[in-house]
Amino acid sequence: MDHKKTTLDLFNNVDLATELTLGLPGTDNQPEIIKSSLSGNKRTSSEMGSSTCTDENESRFSPPTKEQVVGWPPVRSYRKNILQVKKTESEMGSGMYVKVSMDGAPYLRKLDLKMYQSYEELMKGLQVMFKCIIGLYFEREGYNGSQHVPTYEDKDGDWMLVGDVPWEMFISSCKRLRIMKSCEARGLGDC
Amino acid sequence: MVDRVDSAGEWTQSSRFPDEVLERVLALIDSHKDRSSVSLVCKDWYNAERWSRRHVFIGNCYSVSPEIVAARFPRIRSVTLKGKPRFSDFNLVPEDWGADVQPWLSAFSTAYPFLEELRLKRMAVSDESLEFLATKFHGFKALSLLSCDGFSTDGLKAIATHCKKLTELDIQENGIDDLGGHWLSCFPESLTSLEILNFASLNSEVSFDALEKLVARCKSLRVLKVNRNISLDQLQKLLSHCPQLTELGTGTFMQELISGPVAEFKNMFSNCRNLITLSGLWDATPFYLPVIYPACASLTFLNLSYATLRSDELANLLSHCKTLRRLWLLDTVGDKGLEAVGSCCPLLEELRVFPADPFDQEILLGVTESGFVSVSRGCPKLRYVLYFCRQMTNAAVATIARNCPDFTHFRLCIMNPGQPDYLTKEPMDEAFGAIVKTCTKLQRLAISGLLTDRTFEYIGKYAKNLETLSVAFAGSSDLGMEYVLQGCQKLRKLEIRDCPFGNAALLSGLTKYESMRSLWMSACNVTMNACRVLAKERPRLNVEVMRDEEGGDDSQAHKVYVYRTVAGPRRDAPPFVLTL
Repeated sequence: MDHKKTTLDLFNNVDLATELTLGLPGTDNQPEIIKSSLSGNKRTSSEMGSSTCTDENESRFSPPTKEQVVGWPPVRSYRKNILQVKKTESEMGSGMYVKVSMDGAPYLRKLDLKMYQSYEELMKGLQVMFKCIIGLYFEREGYNGSQHVPTYEDKDGDWMLVGDVPWEMFISSCKRLRIMKSCEARGLGDC
Repeated sequence: MVDRVDSAGEWTQSSRFPDEVLERVLALIDSHKDRSSVSLVCKDWYNAERWSRRHVFIGNCYSVSPEIVAARFPRIRSVTLKGKPRFSDFNLVPEDWGADVQPWLSAFSTAYPFLEELRLKRMAVSDESLEFLATKFHGFKALSLLSCDGFSTDGLKAIATHCKKLTELDIQENGIDDLGGHWLSCFPESLTSLEILNFASLNSEVSFDALEKLVARCKSLRVLKVNRNISLDQLQKLLSHCPQLTELGTGTFMQELISGPVAEFKNMFSNCRNLITLSGLWDATPFYLPVIYPACASLTFLNLSYATLRSDELANLLSHCKTLRRLWLLDTVGDKGLEAVGSCCPLLEELRVFPADPFDQEILLGVTESGFVSVSRGCPKLRYVLYFCRQMTNAAVATIARNCPDFTHFRLCIMNPGQPDYLTKEPMDEAFGAIVKTCTKLQRLAISGLLTDRTFEYIGKYAKNLETLSVAFAGSSDLGMEYVLQGCQKLRKLEIRDCPFGNAALLSGLTKYESMRSLWMSACNVTMNACRVLAKERPRLNVEVMRDEEGGDDSQAHKVYVYRTVAGPRRDAPPFVLTL
């Protein structure tokens, strides 16, 4: 009991009136780090065509990256650097990884474009990955008769229908893929 | 008790063994905890112990001074020294904080000129210090550097050049300035004593010719861990020279151009009958992995944390590894991969699952609670787990605790700070409650997720063997920290970041900190005044506050590091460290 009394005594000597309290990250038991929103990266179809619109949405919806919290998650610097190297390598060297999202699916996936030699193979791969039916591509009519339409964002930030350009041009300019619901994709094929 | 007649003819009672006998007996005791107990028995035992001690372990380099160590232990041959607080691994401690090894080396050069082994963790080591070590200690044999910084490959050159009796060079995960691989070529032709060589974490290419010759002439080599630049066919050549290896870290495990059929490598491991540890496996692909299958049957430790394997690849591999006790993985293997772990590795004692993409919030892959549960079902002998995941539930952790009651180390990192049970949306209190209630042998615990004071109440009440606790983004009030300080009698290390613990919590541990190695509190709610009170009341503690680089509120103590010491306040503290 003695030590407890001492602690309180000590505390009484500390002038609390002059103490500043810090507004905590954890005041409501939740740190201020904005949790990643699963729908944060969705774009509505009306914003698809213009790249400037896309950029604005990017800055509004993308949550602060984890790197803003110093030292979290607790991964040692050495391992962090290795992962950075691997990521860069996979983006530049041996693989050509692009992010793939599908409207309605909770997870993003990553796909190595180098694994495929043609649009047909890519479609097959996407269908297996997302368990959906994409259907066939017709030059003038787009993806008829299917519920899902594959689109991609190219180097200029424009969203295009997959299949519009020759395969080689596609894999060199494709930055990411999005499988849209066909009702939302109308209008893309006309570009 | 021995009755003796002294020179005056009087009977005296002596409780002494002859010193030589006592020293001989005590020399057999290795554990430093046991030696500590021995030294407290009586003065004679204290003396016998200090003369017979060959290895000293210093868990905090500032808790004692080199002079005090040298005065007490005159015959040391081996030193283990740890420096910076653990959170320095995650960039929470500024550079130039301290933990310089040079003062120790200077003292040891006179006190222990026959020093043979030095193991450093989180110390600042300069090239000059490495050269000092290499040139002043003529019988020096073993150097291990883990998580150290401040040196370059030039320092390694000095070690390779001058240490004629070197048996061990173990360089792991350091902040090293890699200026090239020439250091390896500095080993003289006359050096044949090497038993352990680990340079896996160095990036630049070494001369393969020099390496091959070194490996060929060191007949006692048992541990070899090469870096990523060593190709598969180079590795094959190396293995032909040292089939006696017990631990191997491979280089890159694939070839861009297939120079020969895979069959060429099929026999690479067939002569390695003693291999129990395998690591490296950089860039391993399913095409080349089967090469290691012949070695798998005897493996007890497999480190796949640098290989991005998928679940099916892992499953195929693990079907050959029935005797594994320790397994390190990347979360690319997914829950399915962990199911394979559960079904193939019944003897598993340690599992570490690292995140492949910890900082990318958009990627939501990895492992979940389901994978962890699968492992716990198949591996009831699990004692040590480090698990990074993006979702967890209280129910899953309770199941895991029931399946594996022998946990001694439980480190769960739910990567999104303050995240609740994703199914019930409740805090994760019950998860850790289940762990501490069921796993009575628990020594180390790292908690995460949304946690209230309840978690700490559980920890204080049940975790009676807990020695190390790591806390981040958790708790609701001072009570949390108070529960732990009051309840965990064996607590030695407490590290806390970003929690709402304030002055009352800090001061509630006033009488406890001297029984602990250290306390770290950063981004909490502690003021300078409270730290001053602590420092004043407890002169045998060093209470250090690190000033925030961005300025800000000077009355707040942003980073507090408290540790017991017999060496008094630091004399080498940089300007941003205030000792109160």
